[in-house]
Amino acid sequence: MDNSKRTFLKVAGISLLGIGSKPLQKALAGNEEPKILPSPEALTGKRWAMVVDMKKCKEDCHDCIKACHQVHNVPDLGNPKDEVKWIWKEPYEKAFPGDENKYSQEYIDQTLKGSQFILLCNHCDNPPCVRVCPTKATFKREDGIVMMDYHRCIGCRFCMAGCPYGSRSLNWRDPRPFIKETNKEFPTRTRGVVEKCNFCSERLVKGLIPACVEACKEKVLVFGDLEDPNSEVRGLLKSHFTIRRKPQLGTMPQIYYIA
Amino acid sequence: MYDTGKIITGLIIFLCLITFPLWYDALTGKAAVKPELKIITKEKQCVEATPYMRDSHMKLLIQWRDQVVRENKHLYKGSDGKTYTMSLTNTCLNCHSNKQQFCDQCHNYVGVTPTCWNCHIIPEEKS
Repeated sequence: MDNSKRTFLKVAGISLLGIGSKPLQKALAGNEEPKILPSPEALTGKRWAMVVDMKKCKEDCHDCIKACHQVHNVPDLGNPKDEVKWIWKEPYEKAFPGDENKYSQEYIDQTLKGSQFILLCNHCDNPPCVRVCPTKATFKREDGIVMMDYHRCIGCRFCMAGCPYGSRSLNWRDPRPFIKETNKEFPTRTRGVVEKCNFCSERLVKGLIPACVEACKEKVLVFGDLEDPNSEVRGLLKSHFTIRRKPQLGTMPQIYYIA
Repeated sequence: MYDTGKIITGLIIFLCLITFPLWYDALTGKAAVKPELKIITKEKQCVEATPYMRDSHMKLLIQWRDQVVRENKHLYKGSDGKTYTMSLTNTCLNCHSNKQQFCDQCHNYVGVTPTCWNCHIIPEEKS
């Protein structure tokens, strides 16, 4: 065989051409039909958010909590230490600590201070739980929903330490025996994973609004897209003064409370 | 080489022992017990062809899982052209309605314990 420099360079040149052939092949083969598609009936938004009008909320009504915990198979473990919650109630001073000042009575309705606020995951724009999660089990979707991928959760509870709103609960034990009525269409969780509100992502994809919003007869909860200037939530923000939980922390919570 | 005879005999005995299951089956003509699964389905065709489902269903399910949870895409176009919702409980188990006689048969046989059912609900078994 002739091992001259000239033949070597020829072979090397031809081989280099081969590198370009794969993208060319792909381009010529034509586009294959995609196998995985988004749902056509899904509700789509750029920045989901919620406005809570506490003046309409009734003290002894728990319809939103019941509806949420029923559709998402949230267990009732019966003691506050093991408690698992997606949406719950807390008095003003616990929901908005540090918000008190001499003049707050001028802009916050005094009757609200005695009432029980409805709390849930704030689906923050700058979510600390996402930043601290070592496995990327919790992540922020493009539409602003802070989601959990329970398959990846290792139960380290960094997110629970990171969340300033107490929106996350760990399953200290198998939750299944503590679920009163199981919704067969939605999975339960297992021991050792953290769970929280998912803004009903499984309902949005079917074109339904969140279960808590649907269950509330008093129209306390309003859900919508903040990026859409004609949405109901934007209208409420325009016409009312609203407060958010612990905005000073810079997490940019997306649940607004009409004060 | 010292002890050639001993070493070679030893190796032959070792090989015989380790291949015991293979030649035992060949000699006796008795194949090992195969898993018997009952396919009780409403449909005749799964989302992909049976051979593909048989050896790659786990890959397909992982792809489904990642697409649904992380990409928010919920529909899958099967090779038969029909569109399916990607859901283990609501799509797979809706048709393969008996987990014990379908999933468990092979999983027990090959000794794998998928953790799917710790969270995903098994619908009531129909025989």
